[in-house]
Amino acid sequence: MSAREEILARIGKAVAGAADVEIPRHYRTAPQVEDLVGLFAERVDDYRAIVHVLPAAEVPAKIDEVVAGRRMIVPEGFDREGGWTDLDTADGVITYCAVGIAETGTIVLDHGPGQGTRAQTLVPDYHLCVVRADQIVGGVPEAVARLDPARPLTWISGPSATSDIELNRVEGVHGPRTLEVIIST
Amino acid sequence: MSATFLGMPGNFPKNAAKAVHNSQLRYNLRKATHTIRGKRANVVGELPDWQELRAAGKAIKDHTLRNLDRYLIQLEEAVTRAGGTVHWARDAAEANAIVAGLVKATGETEVVKVKSMATQEIELNQALAEQGITAYETDLAELIVQLGDDFPSHILVPAIHRNRSEIREIFLEKMPKVPPHLTDDPPALAEAARLHLRERFLKSKVAISGANFMVAETGTLVVLESEGNGRMCLTLPETLISVVGIEKLLPSWRDLEVFLQLLPRSSTGERMNPYTSMWTGAVEGQDFHLVLLDNGRTDVLADEVGRQALRCIRCSACLNVCPVYERAGGHAYGSVYPGPIGAILTPQLRGMSSDLDASLPFASSLCGACYEVCPVAIDIPEVLVDLRAKAPHAAAERAGMKVAGWILNDHERLAKAQRAASRLRGLIPKRLPGPMSAWTDTRDMPEIPEESFRDWWERNERA
Ligand code: SF4
Repeated sequence: MSAREEILARIGKAVAGAADVEIPRHYRTAPQVEDLVGLFAERVDDYRAIVHVLPAAEVPAKIDEVVAGRRMIVPEGFDREGGWTDLDTADGVITYCAVGIAETGTIVLDHGPGQGTRAQTLVPDYHLCVVRADQIVGGVPEAVARLDPARPLTWISGPSATSDIELNRVEGVHGPRTLEVIIST
Repeated sequence: MSATFLGMPGNFPKNAAKAVHNSQLRYNLRKATHTIRGKRANVVGELPDWQELRAAGKAIKDHTLRNLDRYLIQLEEAVTRAGGTVHWARDAAEANAIVAGLVKATGETEVVKVKSMATQEIELNQALAEQGITAYETDLAELIVQLGDDFPSHILVPAIHRNRSEIREIFLEKMPKVPPHLTDDPPALAEAARLHLRERFLKSKVAISGANFMVAETGTLVVLESEGNGRMCLTLPETLISVVGIEKLLPSWRDLEVFLQLLPRSSTGERMNPYTSMWTGAVEGQDFHLVLLDNGRTDVLADEVGRQALRCIRCSACLNVCPVYERAGGHAYGSVYPGPIGAILTPQLRGMSSDLDASLPFASSLCGACYEVCPVAIDIPEVLVDLRAKAPHAAAERAGMKVAGWILNDHERLAKAQRAASRLRGLIPKRLPGPMSAWTDTRDMPEIPEESFRDWWERNERA
């Protein structure tokens, strides 16, 4: 018997006669959040990321200001000219995202247009992410429902961090040490 | 890592007795477990629907286990459709041989690894070393453990038993390009690790990971982490091999909405861990292999009481509340699964023929704290009691007595055990199961008082 057949047979034997289970889903699937942008900004800030909330028209000028002097990767599909291309020597990367989650302060990238490859948002030490207000949902269930599992997904909640040395939080071991978020309203 | 868990001598009481004399270890453990415990309580308290999420998590896992064969086949189809290759492994030797074969086929002799308990369980690193392949751990704590030629002692923070000056010593001795004036400041140590691993990430062609979840419906694998070393391993190399226990399955994409709330809050006490990666099959041009691991899991599944241990999502919340773990430390359990979950999972996966494994079901005061915090409501005390009855008689009696002696030897432990006993008093059977039954058959179990004398004394002294 192949390993596959044998494992499947063992499972069949192990659970024979066991009753099946109903899954109760009485948890909140759409938490009521009055101020999505406000809560999202507060929760992102809790991770010691830098947060700005701005009207859409002021976003380009803000980007100019915060990236000044940095060699920034600008992925395809991001509405901005030029950009550094060498991953190894780049100072940072600027992206859009797919979804923002208010309750957890999480940004999800599905690496679609303007979001770069997975490596582009990982190797440089600085990540600037622009989140549109209409991309922000209340909780995790709404985010899961919006996302496409066929795409690679990266969920980011604050900058890279470790607590492995006496539980002291240290930012940035391998991923970007600085996460800056511009929420465009 | 040359050290191996399986050959670890002794039994729980012996190992624990040694550990409690190590005051540094006890201090580190206490600080760490209490810190995480507090953070967890805060973020769990934030969610008004925590108990509903917990009930859903438990039921989703039970439903999956009941239909595990069907869902594994569905997963295999989905992963294959998305360009991945699925392998099945009955046991550790088979899994290790599959992985070694896959690595050799790439022509590489070095691999990078994402922290994974499944690969520790099968001792993959040692098996690869025997085939001339070097496996490098990349999680900071795992790196500390690997460089220190040591065992992990906690699920989440494997190097919890080391302090900063010990870590500095290890780095100075074992990292080739370490700055000579390295201080023991945590940011400086983290920076040294970053530099040490950076080059390795960028040049590695093969990576090995586990997974926190696999989704049958879509074929998606999910890895939660903090540092970004996981993302480095999962995305940069050309070949990715994931070794995953068959119990890590979830039926549908939607089910992630439950577990992505339960796991981070229970585990690190954060609303969400810094990074979660999800991928379905071969993505961005990578070659992807999934090795599905049984290694005793189907035996656990066959046990009606014990099978609930397979619901475990390895959050480590039960370790952080356990009074026995806090004093004995992770190494005393002699397994990659320490603490309360280890005390029930290890003897089920490995059987109870060794002294160590037969003693594990006794490594508890049955206070029930582990059950209360468990995000998938595993009734660890129930399984412990059941396993005690099943343990080989002579070994069980010896181990039971020794653990009892060990608990009675320390006034703090005794107080906890008494308090626990009074809370559980309604549940204490009049007749003891298994080897102890002859004793209770001829005697009445003493009534356990509602309140221990110690508690009564403290309460009345204070009043
Ligand atoms: S048994 Fe429960 S609390 Fe313990 S690690 Fe597993 S899921 Fe977490």
